[in-house]
Parts: sequence; structure tokens; C-alpha cells
Amino acid sequence: MLKKLSKQKISDIITYGIVLVAFIVMQILINAGQISSLFEGLMVPLCTYIILAISLNLVVGVLGELSLGHAGFMCVGAFTSAFFSKCMQDTITNSIVRFLIALLIGIVVAAIFGLLIGIPVLRLNGDYLAIVTLAFGEIIKNIVNVLFIGKDSKGFHFSTKDVMALNMEPDGKVIVNGPQGITGAPKDATFFIGFILVLITLFIILNLIHSRDGRAIMAIRDNRIAAESIGINITKYKLMTFTISAAMAGAAGVLYGHNLSNLTANTNNFGYNMSINILVFVVLGGIGNIRGSIISAVVLTLLPELLRGLSDYRMLIYAIVLIVMMLFNWAPKAIEWREKYLSFKKNKKEAVK
Amino acid sequence: MENVLDVKNLGISFGGLRAVNDFSVSIKKEQLYGLIGPNGAGKTTIFNLLTGVYKPDSGKIILDGTDVTGKSTIDINKAGIARTFQNIRLFSQLSVLDNVKVGLHNNHSYSTVESIFRLPRFHKVEKEMNEIAMELLEVFGLKEDANVQAQNLPYGQQRKLEIARALATKPKLLLLDEPAAGMNPNETEELMEMIRFVRDHFHMTILLIEHDMKLVSGICEQLTVLNFGEVLAQGDTSTVLNDPQVIKAYLGE
Repeated sequence: MLKKLSKQKISDIITYGIVLVAFIVMQILINAGQISSLFEGLMVPLCTYIILAISLNLVVGVLGELSLGHAGFMCVGAFTSAFFSKCMQDTITNSIVRFLIALLIGIVVAAIFGLLIGIPVLRLNGDYLAIVTLAFGEIIKNIVNVLFIGKDSKGFHFSTKDVMALNMEPDGKVIVNGPQGITGAPKDATFFIGFILVLITLFIILNLIHSRDGRAIMAIRDNRIAAESIGINITKYKLMTFTISAAMAGAAGVLYGHNLSNLTANTNNFGYNMSINILVFVVLGGIGNIRGSIISAVVLTLLPELLRGLSDYRMLIYAIVLIVMMLFNWAPKAIEWREKYLSFKKNKKEAVK
Repeated sequence: MENVLDVKNLGISFGGLRAVNDFSVSIKKEQLYGLIGPNGAGKTTIFNLLTGVYKPDSGKIILDGTDVTGKSTIDINKAGIARTFQNIRLFSQLSVLDNVKVGLHNNHSYSTVESIFRLPRFHKVEKEMNEIAMELLEVFGLKEDANVQAQNLPYGQQRKLEIARALATKPKLLLLDEPAAGMNPNETEELMEMIRFVRDHFHMTILLIEHDMKLVSGICEQLTVLNFGEVLAQGDTSTVLNDPQVIKAYLGE
């Protein structure tokens, strides 16, 4: 019994350790000027992707439901928080305080969206749920694209047509400009903040999984009917998981939104491309394997940049890496080989479960 | 002794088919009660009615004095009915220990916040749960396998684990759906011992569906025979099994 607990604890500590060491190494390299500015600029998005991968893994790996709308929740978090930060830019001058409040707003609004969307869609499962969440993600992105919000001395003005329709006084300021999004929100996100957010996300997820609630969620994944028969409230736990996951995606969005001077909602950052990208991180890292999600998010984000020198062959190598990772993680022969030769690494095996 | 379960005139139709009609039964405390009948007679449907998977069209289900008719599966489990399944339904990727701990979910609780911040109550309740779960596993001879993934257990052990998990919810009535399915004579023998043991050790009332007549005549004190959704015979095991109608419809002459 004690042995098992400590095993699982060791596994968690290794995960925290990897994140910590990776951060310290990167920080040292950045301070020493060994890293190109392009690469340095990737650090905050990287933290964003790690948080997204962990949060989606909660739904896909732990709850066992496929959601393709995660970029939508990220979008909600990014825009609400950037909206707040832009409005409060001159009122709250301390960037840390402003960011923390923005973070809270982004998380809460994304969680509310998760809850509201979760109530109807979680009645579905499997492919149907995937398609419906995909649709909701796209709806959120498209709504943001037609949203115009301005502010003048009389207060806020809303429109879904164009800037002229806002009917503002001449001194009015456009905050959300439809497809052009939010321009000039303060860039409050830093690599350090991103790193702290990754650690917090990790802390919440790992502690949640290894608890009464986590067991109930996994029980629902493994056998819904049996879980119900021993009194597990399926609806409650499904909604709870989905909401927590949406809140985390919202936090990732806040981080993402505060790293850009021009925040727009397009297919690549908040559309299905992003949702699929996150799913790729989760699947390649191992479904249900939190550490794997982190590693694959890092590898697959940095790889295209590292390979930039190879120009034309870049995406070819990226694709090959995807296939190799897939084989290594999931092919029965590869699993057999791993268990035979890497079995002394017990923690690795356990994490795969 | 008082009745743990009183079912009165239970019935349900699926479309035009009357799957269960006018089914009544009374089960006393610590009784081993058998439900038998040919395939398609409605035995599992009755289990599904008792556990709230289906809502009855007519009739009443009284558990230990409380009316549980039409309640949800979750509420019925909380009221005190736990079951196993004809085709084993374990939480296959969880460990054996965790399977039982999920069964303890409702009776031993702490909040989500307490679990995320690992507050003292989390450690206290988890320790409690581990102790109770290990005790249950020990009773069923599964203690050594506590950390094994449930799907890697041999078939017979999986059946036992399912019973242990059901018992973890502290039921008043345990429903076993074909516990001996797929077992060889030796395993069945062992299972009979175990069911008796569960009844004596946990003072449990048990209703079971079974096709294995050796098991039925060996451990059941009372029987109900179903045929086409209707009760064909009801009473003491020996009387019922010698009933000419039962022999004709089910046992074969």
C-alpha cells in the first residue's frame, strides 16, 4: 500500500522536476544570450500549449470524452482578459496585479462557458460529442470576429456590424474591432508567469486525479453503467471535469492573449486548427499521461523552429517525428519492447496507465 | 424477521411486449433468494427495474420500509441496493484497490478543494478508505492483487472483485446477476462457499439470478421461477424445483 503511494508520488515529483529543470535551463540560456529572440518569443506560447495539453488530457484521457472545442474556451479566456486589461491599462498600472485580475476574469468566464456548453453537449458521447464541441468552438471564434465594442464618455457601445455602427462620440476608443481583434492590450505575460501557471495547472490536475473525485471520473471513463450502479453521479462529474478543463484552457488563453500586441481570432490560433493541434499533443504524449502531454507539447512546438534551417524539409521531418512518436507510444510491438528493455523504469510504465 | 425487499405487482412493457408482468416477491433479512427461468423470461429486466435502470409502468418496490419505485440508479444505490452484472463490468484500468475505493465514494467523502490542497481531512479519509478497502479485499482473497489493474485479473477473481465493490457501498440488498456464468464446477463450488460466507459475514440479503441448478439448489432458500415475464412458481427451493409446471417449462422432463 505505502509502496504504491510513494510510487505514484515519485512519478508526480519527476513530472514537477522535469518542468522545473526545463525552466531553469531555458532561463539560464536566455540570460546567457544563447537563445535567438525568435526562440525566446516562443517561450510564452509554449507554456500556453503545455497548459492546453494538460487541460485537454483531463477531458480526453481521464474522463475519456473527445472534445474538439478547446480552442474556443481559450479564445474566451484570451478575449475577456485582454478586454479587461485594455480597459484598465491606465487605471491599474501595476502589471502583475492587472494580470492576476485579468487571469481570474479569463478563468471564471471560460469556466462559465464550459459549464453552459457542457450542460447540453455532455449528454452526447464519442464522435457526436467531438463534432458538437468542434461546432461550439467555431461559434465562439466567429462571434468574436463580428464583435465591435467601443468606449467613450457615455460608457460602452456594442455592435455586430462595424465600427461606425457603434455611434460613438469623436473621442471614443474602439476596444474590440471585429476581425482586427484587440490591438494594444498590455503585454503582461512573461516566461516566468507562464512557468508558474504551468506548475499550478499541474498541481491541480495531479492532485485531482489522485483523489476521490479523480477515481470517480476514471470510473465513469472505464464503465459508465457500473459507476452509476454504485452511486457515482455521472452528470455531476462529467460537468465538473469539463468545467475545470475549460477554466484551464481559459487560463492558457489569458497567457496567450497577454503575449500579443494584436490579438485576433483566426483559424490558426483559436479555431479548429488549434484544437486539433492540442489533441495531437495529447494523443502523442499518451492519452491520460500528463507528463507525456507536457513533453510532446514542448517537442512539437520547438521542433518546427529548430528545423527552420532545413527550410523545405521542415514539415517533412515534423511529420516523420509525429509518426515515429505515434509508433513508439502505441504500437503493440513497441510497447512490448519498452516493457522488456525499459521495465526498470517503473514510473514510466505507471504513468502510461 | 422483517422483509428487506417487498415488490408488489411490478410490471413493464417495451413497445407491445410485456417484459415483466405482475411480479411480486418478498425477501427476508439475510435470506438467499434465487430468481430462475429460461432465457428471455425477464430476470435481468427485473434487476434493471430494481436498480432503477428502467422505470416500472406499474407496481411498487419497497426497500426496508421505504418506497424506492421510480427513483434513479444513484438514489437506489444510496438507499441500499447494489448489484453485479452478467457480463463483468469493472473499472478495467483502475487498480483492484481503487475499484473498491470507488465503491466507498458516497459513504466516505471530502471536498474537491480538500483534495486539491491535500488538507488534513483528505489524508484522514483516504487512510480510512484504504483500510476498509483492504479489509474487503482480504475477505475475498484479493489483498495480494491490490495494485494490479483490474483488467489483468483472472476471470474468477474479477467476479469476486465485482462483489467486493458492490459490498463497499454498504447495501442492504445485494443483487448477483449470474455469478457462476463461465465458471467450471470447481470454481462454482468455491463461489457457493463465498456467497454463503458473504451472507453470514456481512449479514447480507442476497437475490441472485442463476442458470446453474447445482448452485441454485445448493444455496438458495427460496426461489421464484419466471416464464415469459410471469411468475410460474414461488416458494421453498425444494418445493419449487419439484413443481411439475417448473419441470416442464424450465428444467425439462
